[in-house]
Amino acid sequence: MPSANITIWRGDDDGQYEKYEVEYQDGMVVLDVIHQLQATQAGDLAVRWNCKAGKCGSCSAEINGQPKLQCMTRMTEFEEGEEIKVAPLKAFPLIKDLVTDVTYNYDKAKTIPFVDLVQPEENDVRRMAQIDIERVQEFHKCIECYMCQDVCHVIRDHPENQDNFAGPRFFVQLASVAMHPLDQNAKADTVSHGFGLEYCNITKCCTEVCPEGIKITDNAIIPMKERRADELYDPLRALGRFINNLKK
Amino acid sequence: MVSVESHDYDVLIIGAGGAGLRAAVEATARGCKTAIITKSLLGKAHTVMAEGGMAAAMGNVWEQDNWKVHFRDTMRGGKMLNNWRMAQIHAQEAPDRVLELESWGALFDRTPDGRILQRDFGGHRYARLAHVGDRTGLEMIRILQQKSVAEDIDVFSECTINQLLVNDSEVNGAVGYWRETGELVQFRAKSVIMATGGLGRIWSVTSNSWEGTGDGHSLAMNAGAEMIDMEFVQFHPTGMVAPASVKGILVTEGVRGDGGTLRNSLGERFMFNYIPPMFASETADTEEEADRWYTDKENARRTPDLLPRDEVARAINSEVKAGRGSPSGGVYLDIAGRRDADYIKRRLPSMYHQFRELAGVDITKESMEVGPTAHYVMGGVRVDPESAATSIGGLYAAGEVAAGLHGSNRLGGNSLSDLLVFGKRAGEFAAERAIQMDHSTLDKQQIEEAVSRIAKPFESEGTENPYTVQSDLRELMQSKVGIIRNRSDLESALVEIAQLKGREKNVTVSGTRRYNPGWHTALDLQHLLSMSEAIAKAALEREESRGGHTREDFPAPSDEFGKLNIVVTLGDSDEVNIKREPLTEMPKELAELFKD
Repeated sequence: MPSANITIWRGDDDGQYEKYEVEYQDGMVVLDVIHQLQATQAGDLAVRWNCKAGKCGSCSAEINGQPKLQCMTRMTEFEEGEEIKVAPLKAFPLIKDLVTDVTYNYDKAKTIPFVDLVQPEENDVRRMAQIDIERVQEFHKCIECYMCQDVCHVIRDHPENQDNFAGPRFFVQLASVAMHPLDQNAKADTVSHGFGLEYCNITKCCTEVCPEGIKITDNAIIPMKERRADELYDPLRALGRFINNLKK
Repeated sequence: MVSVESHDYDVLIIGAGGAGLRAAVEATARGCKTAIITKSLLGKAHTVMAEGGMAAAMGNVWEQDNWKVHFRDTMRGGKMLNNWRMAQIHAQEAPDRVLELESWGALFDRTPDGRILQRDFGGHRYARLAHVGDRTGLEMIRILQQKSVAEDIDVFSECTINQLLVNDSEVNGAVGYWRETGELVQFRAKSVIMATGGLGRIWSVTSNSWEGTGDGHSLAMNAGAEMIDMEFVQFHPTGMVAPASVKGILVTEGVRGDGGTLRNSLGERFMFNYIPPMFASETADTEEEADRWYTDKENARRTPDLLPRDEVARAINSEVKAGRGSPSGGVYLDIAGRRDADYIKRRLPSMYHQFRELAGVDITKESMEVGPTAHYVMGGVRVDPESAATSIGGLYAAGEVAAGLHGSNRLGGNSLSDLLVFGKRAGEFAAERAIQMDHSTLDKQQIEEAVSRIAKPFESEGTENPYTVQSDLRELMQSKVGIIRNRSDLESALVEIAQLKGREKNVTVSGTRRYNPGWHTALDLQHLLSMSEAIAKAALEREESRGGHTREDFPAPSDEFGKLNIVVTLGDSDEVNIKREPLTEMPKELAELFKD
């Protein structure tokens, strides 16, 4: 059996990287090696995981500096004997080892409006064409691994923005509400509210790391920015608002 | 006595998968102060792994479909051991639950006229599964999660319940610990709903995540609830088999529903050799007819590739045993021969992704290697079909942890609909009870016992590694209480389970209480061991083969056992007791449906 040289962050903020040598089988992924390590050398090594098939988004980590799902990173991606460094997501407070406190994300989820759909016609069901829902179906592929949140420099490098910035994951969720063909939430609550959209300067880091291949920037963030600009800064609408205000 | 963080709720829900979340939404809508407890983060429950869809006789693709056909399919799929009333309620209410999920934002794939599209699945006469590509479970969990957030329901994430509290033979609370800190937490509740899912981690080859350790089954049995049908375990016919590290990961039945066929190493479509008499009249018996069925469902009968899961899993097992398996010990599943690459990527995007990333196989060009994987337990806590109430007051159960709906074998797609239909009912009736009563007093002695049991792995003098004990148990259950069983294997498994119980007492863990998976694994062992014993004992008692229980020493179904459930309870000195009980009889108008 080949063996891996794996370096893992151990402990909390006062912890350190520790090196391990672990035997592994062909076809294994990084998460398998971590499990092997737990079973044989480090029973208390903390790691989140659930489905082990890239569908739940629990096992995100920074592997050799890149945000990745441990369950979808095959050992064959590395040279034999290459040092593999597994670190917790850096943008969130560390709990222990590879587990971080992702409460920020759950708090932001509470700020995004819930869909409010128009009622179906009498004696009928809701009708939607496949082509009209495909973009939102793309957004619904999100597995909430929060790697997009982790690499977003607005969050990662400027924690002071967090109060005002929902982050790429939640721009996707916002877009999925705003672009639902039957949603009737007021635009003031979805499109114009913004949720910190203006902080994003479309560097596309989020899109690059999305394990589901969601085009976060192109399909969610940019269209939402455009809609917002239309709502708030269109000169004709601004004039209309000005006249309306005069009337009042 | 140590001080324990304490909370009061009207309705306490253990588990945050489809059933738990749907129950929480219902209890909250009825005015109850409700909490959801989950071992993982919100939105990560095993429901996300459900792929193919949610069965509901909406008749959008085949207008002949209705609840009676769905009911009949469900009962026949379960080899008539199902609780008929649950199967009836399920078939009648599933369409409303699908539409309700849509009203909360779920975006199912559409028919050309804009309604919800439905796909073919094993054992369902008509295309019946509402679906979102091959990630329907993710859609369900996310929508319910967002609905729960919108309703401002309290969620205790990464919190594990270790014991239910019982007062005057009624459940009135629970004790557990926070995974992050290791601190204890206790809940007082008027109603408790078990929605903890399954116990697939009992076997070494499984599609289940670490969470499927049978906690809810075990907690309910310890609290005095009756269990039924524990011998019936669904081995899903198609799990990945190679490479070894991915063994067991689910390959959706949707692959076969959308045109995939099974072949052995000789290239034969072997399923034609395994058509049981019960399904012979509605199954194609030539390849020509089966192929024609994909385009002409009026005049051709369905392919045997889509027989119920128990039949297909046994067939694959037999082919491999007969030496006609693939190099990695499975069989071949091919969809590239019938469908083009665009179709496959559109209908089965996560299967395409999963095989490409984990196995280096391009399913638009090559066959997949698949084999059976422990997937679902039909057995569980016995519930009242209308209210989801268990046999002890104050305790309800819904979803995989509850038993009865699926009989001896579950049809694909009936699980997601089960979660919503009975999750809603559990929430409704748990709330009704809670509204009528006051909180009762928690039993301090039970709390102290739980507290000391939770701390024990740190104080143990033993030397056993919890991971090793778990792994040894899983290997044992895989080899002796797996797909094919017999008396001597089951008897020897029971002896070995008793030995493992002894080793469990000597388990020790290192580190602190802070986010310590070794400690968590040690505490989960008690559930795995007691449920393994329950399954092996029930399997020994049922001397016949039916659905998800196959005895090579009793290879045929028996009329006697076809009329009864095996009921499992815990005795006064923690021994697992078994008794037989007759099924409730189906009313005449429903029995008529099975005449032809």
